[in-house]
Amino acid sequence: MVGGPVVRVLVLRGLGFNCEEESAAAWQLAGAEPVVAHASDWLSGAVRLDGFAILHLPGGFSYGDDLGSGQVFANRIRLGRLEDGTRVLDTVSAFLGRGGRIIGICNGFQILVRAGLVPNIGGQFVQQVALAANLCGHFVDRWVRCRSAGMSLANLGEREFDLPVRHGEGRLVFGSPELRDLCQEKGLIGLQYLEADGGPATTEPANPNGAELATAGLWSEDGQVFGMMPHPEAYLTFVNHPDWGGRQRRGEDNDEATQTGQAFFRAWVEAATRHAAEVGR
Amino acid sequence: MATRAAAHFVAVLVRPDQRDVTGERVRVQARHLGIETGAVRVARVYAIDLPGTAEQLARAAPLVLADAVLETVAVDVLPVHSGAFVTTARLPGVTDDEGRTAQLALALAWDEPRLRDGQQCVFAQRLYLLQRQLADGDLRKLASALGNPLVDHLAWGAGLPTAIAAPAFVDHPPTPQQTVDLHGDDDAVLALSKAGCWHLDAAELRAIRDHFDEVAADRLARAMPALPTECEVEVFAQTWSEHCKHKEFNATISLVHNDQPRTVRSLFKTFIRGATERIRDKYAAIGQDWMVTVFSDNAGLVELDADHYFALKVETHNSPSALDPVGGAMTGVLGNNRDAFGTGKGGARLLFNTDVLCFGSPDYAKPLLRGQLHPMRVARGVVDGVEQAGNKSGVPTVNGALLFDDRFAGKPLVYCGTGAILPKQYPNGESWHKDIRPGDRIVVIGGRVGRDGIHGATFSSGALDDKVSGSVVQIGSPFVQKMASDLLAEACALGLVSGCTDNGAGGLSSSVGELAQGPGGALLHLERVPLKYAGLQPWEILLSESQERMTLAVRPGDVAALVALAQRRGVEATDIGAFDDSGRLVVRFGETTLADLDLAFLHDGVPTRYLQAEWTDHPALPNPELTLDAGPMLLRLLASPNICCREAVVRLYDHEVKGKTVIKPLMGPTGLAPQDAAVVRASFDGWHGLAVASGICPKFGDLDPYAMAAGAFDEAVRSLISVGARLPVAGEAPSWSGCDNFCVPNSAFDAVANPDGKLKLGKLVRMCEALYDCAVYFDVPMTSGKDSMKNDFVSEGHKISVPPTVLFTLVARVADVRRTVTSEWKAVGDVVYQVGATYDELGGCDWLRLCGGPDLALHGAVPQVRLGDARRVYEKMMAAHAAGLLASSHDLSDGGLLVALAECAIGGGRGAWIDVCQLSDSQPIAAVLFAESHSRLLVSVAPHHVAAFEMLFGRDAVRLGQVSADPSLRLDNGAESLCALTVAELTAAWRTPLW
Repeated sequence: MVGGPVVRVLVLRGLGFNCEEESAAAWQLAGAEPVVAHASDWLSGAVRLDGFAILHLPGGFSYGDDLGSGQVFANRIRLGRLEDGTRVLDTVSAFLGRGGRIIGICNGFQILVRAGLVPNIGGQFVQQVALAANLCGHFVDRWVRCRSAGMSLANLGEREFDLPVRHGEGRLVFGSPELRDLCQEKGLIGLQYLEADGGPATTEPANPNGAELATAGLWSEDGQVFGMMPHPEAYLTFVNHPDWGGRQRRGEDNDEATQTGQAFFRAWVEAATRHAAEVGR
Repeated sequence: MATRAAAHFVAVLVRPDQRDVTGERVRVQARHLGIETGAVRVARVYAIDLPGTAEQLARAAPLVLADAVLETVAVDVLPVHSGAFVTTARLPGVTDDEGRTAQLALALAWDEPRLRDGQQCVFAQRLYLLQRQLADGDLRKLASALGNPLVDHLAWGAGLPTAIAAPAFVDHPPTPQQTVDLHGDDDAVLALSKAGCWHLDAAELRAIRDHFDEVAADRLARAMPALPTECEVEVFAQTWSEHCKHKEFNATISLVHNDQPRTVRSLFKTFIRGATERIRDKYAAIGQDWMVTVFSDNAGLVELDADHYFALKVETHNSPSALDPVGGAMTGVLGNNRDAFGTGKGGARLLFNTDVLCFGSPDYAKPLLRGQLHPMRVARGVVDGVEQAGNKSGVPTVNGALLFDDRFAGKPLVYCGTGAILPKQYPNGESWHKDIRPGDRIVVIGGRVGRDGIHGATFSSGALDDKVSGSVVQIGSPFVQKMASDLLAEACALGLVSGCTDNGAGGLSSSVGELAQGPGGALLHLERVPLKYAGLQPWEILLSESQERMTLAVRPGDVAALVALAQRRGVEATDIGAFDDSGRLVVRFGETTLADLDLAFLHDGVPTRYLQAEWTDHPALPNPELTLDAGPMLLRLLASPNICCREAVVRLYDHEVKGKTVIKPLMGPTGLAPQDAAVVRASFDGWHGLAVASGICPKFGDLDPYAMAAGAFDEAVRSLISVGARLPVAGEAPSWSGCDNFCVPNSAFDAVANPDGKLKLGKLVRMCEALYDCAVYFDVPMTSGKDSMKNDFVSEGHKISVPPTVLFTLVARVADVRRTVTSEWKAVGDVVYQVGATYDELGGCDWLRLCGGPDLALHGAVPQVRLGDARRVYEKMMAAHAAGLLASSHDLSDGGLLVALAECAIGGGRGAWIDVCQLSDSQPIAAVLFAESHSRLLVSVAPHHVAAFEMLFGRDAVRLGQVSADPSLRLDNGAESLCALTVAELTAAWRTPLW
């Protein structure tokens, strides 16, 4: 790990988020300092992004996903105001302006998409892609093979992972062919579902939802915001893997720092640390 | 229903160039009903009862109500064509979260806080636009598949709807208080009980009458009428309901067993609490009492680690799930979760859910009776409810079972279980202790009160018939509950809560009545209770089982802090009264006193019931003569509904949220290996965790209810042993916790209405005796439990009764989750053993049921639990786990050895060469392959551990063969080949779609 100041991460809880505990554990294992705060305190301004390097919107069902997954929380980001009258979106924009990073996983990704924070090509914070209902038509909890690709997860490089997906609306749809090409050209497709042969997965079950271009995770154009459907925070130890017993019996590689979801958080922390060092220099 | 055209409406549709996945599913669903709809588009429609212009809505709606890429929005018009339509909308008063959320969204868009806090004026509905023109009958059929008239208003027609309706609420002024005269003869008072939906019997009504006669002078002095008020009788009906007081489990029973008469004074005290107390005393004597709260609180509480307790509770929600499968199951899960939240001072964090579901067969073909839903409709709905409730609450559903038997076609059994973790210490003291003092305020948090769920407690205490009112059914709101439970945990951690309980059966009447027992009294002001809408009668407010509410006791000085915190969190918290030491439960609405009751009589005055029971043991019928046909039979067994792969259900449940699940329902390289028990880490700070398993096997009850209940107990124990749990052992800080859930048909004898009642009750007594014998032998205590006594469905002169059923949910602490073991075969060359002995016990087995139906399965001996042999085998398994000798372990249950072998092969994607000749030396080959003898496991052992393993087990393990490089299951009996099937063939059969 690169030395430097501790990376502080704001993890939201409440209002229907469900994954704050394992998310905090993930950041801790990666050497960061997570602070778990109630989302209502962030939306009111009682908790601010000052001093944080990363904002993490975790998985769950914010506001019950009543109007579509992530819609209401995205509304709060786009239209809401802190108690002092500042627009929430302005605080987010300022946070990104000073090099802050945002990670959204599952429901967090759905929020980022609806709030226009990914891919945010052109920087206008308008919704450009969507996460539509899985083609199977229902929620699914299953492990899938993924590869980090394109611009890549910070310095994670091109690597393969098994990860759990747990969602009903994860089918990434690009708003237009032009936008799809742009995202590809700019290398924003940071994570793809894989077939057994290692190619991008086009059909179920390898592609669990029917996402275009097998997209499992997407960067913002500026590379500071990343959303993904799979749950690396649910794979912090080798015994989370469905075949952990077999892998252990056969003596296969179970290195947690590189094989599990920990790798994602380590990469993000490392990138934030590097950024802090560069700014410091 | 009372409706009127809404001022405006917004329709949100999927854009024509995007796939409407929901519409596609509806089209398929219609096809299953024999209806060809053509393309279907589904619109989310919001009826909006607000002044304001269409232009304002047209600006706001696309911003806040729709996905900008996928959806398009229309205001006050439907810019589409369709051949026909169906709409479903919630009936007035039924929870409509989506409408409320849409209202909040508009409040945000318009920066209009009054919209945020006021009454509901936006109502959600679904509009299904069907391409084809359809006959009225088809539309009616489709509508009743898309919605449920008990909770939804359904409409259909040609073309497009002409208006979008909003519900209208009728305001009923409070009716003047009435008194009830219970001095009539039995027939007269029973008629009153029936009309009032009280479900009180003649003796209970007499007890109430006599009590009021006794205290008449005192009542007049309190300015109360001498006769009980309607509201007071309702409070008795709730508090004394079978649901709340378990009158039959506490009855005095005259039993004739094999012609020998004896008396059982309370099944609960004798067998259930009796067993737990004996185990507790035994371990307390050596300073190892791990039981913190047993049977006295909402969930059983045991020691987990230095800083935490573990809470366990399992409930059933059978009647509501029969009527409204989605809502019934959802409120079952959420209600059971609230029991965990409401244990001790409150604020436990949920660790996992379990669900055990019993339905009629998927291919049930008998004509449906009035009020009866097809088992598949029930099954799909219940699974949907469990999915929504668990997933949205962020609780992993980690363990369960699915059973099919046509006797569940009237009432399904829906068992919802929860495990939770409670920190031991709060700033205001020990968390387990409800420290409620006179003067503490009564504060309710969570949802508002409506007319939903009135008489749920009393309703579930009777048989289900075709005359039910929709008000007994409730829709849960996982989101509202999540908000409230998050707040509760936060408030408890701050030391603001001195005790709490949930509002479930009986509503405030029960929750306040129960909590009042601590301080010794309570005064409740119903006019302060926040309502969903106006027009509720005071007694309805008192009884309403509107969901997602917790009742808290809060020191007067802490109320302001609690209310302020609740406000920040967007949860309503209201002070509705105070606890006192008056010895009375007083309920007021404004100036009117609705109830003023002696608390001691309310809780202890219910008369003991006297019931009759009989049971005669009978010898087993001889085994039938059947050809073995091992290969084809195995494939048929694997494909049968009671055995086939549960992935269609399991993958709908989030079983990994919280990141702590180590053994999930399906594991292995391809995610197809079924597991015996789930294992969950307790926290991220250590490797200790909990293993949870279920035991349930009603199919053996027709032969012998004692053997059936013992078998269910053993199944849960052996499942936990299989994954690596250790039975309580002196010196090891054991921490086991069990929950018993009995579901039986009406067992109260009545010469006309229930002529075989004595036999039914006899079965129940035998089941309880088995529980006691097993519990004290294994030292596994029940810490909570629940019984459901009236599982009969009556309609059109027919009665469908469930078979007597008991579920044991057992949880054991495991010291290191990384040392647990899964079921699937893992490496070529590993040696396969059967642990434990097979007996000629084909009675009730799935093989016989498959060959000749339930009647054939009445032949053969029922599997017995031989406690001494079981314990010896389990202790050897514990030693094998401790020494790390096991590569895999799978318990033998439904289908017997052959099915277990196939499951290990499918799960690991590996074959094996198996020879059962050592087993068939002593038992018939049919029993070797198919008998479901208990206390057996199928394990595999790495070659380098074989010597140690065989030394340890001796004759308790029989070597069967080895995991092979050839991916097929080859089964021999000495020189004779019984079958050879590839793993792919086995897998294909096992993955036969469940429905």
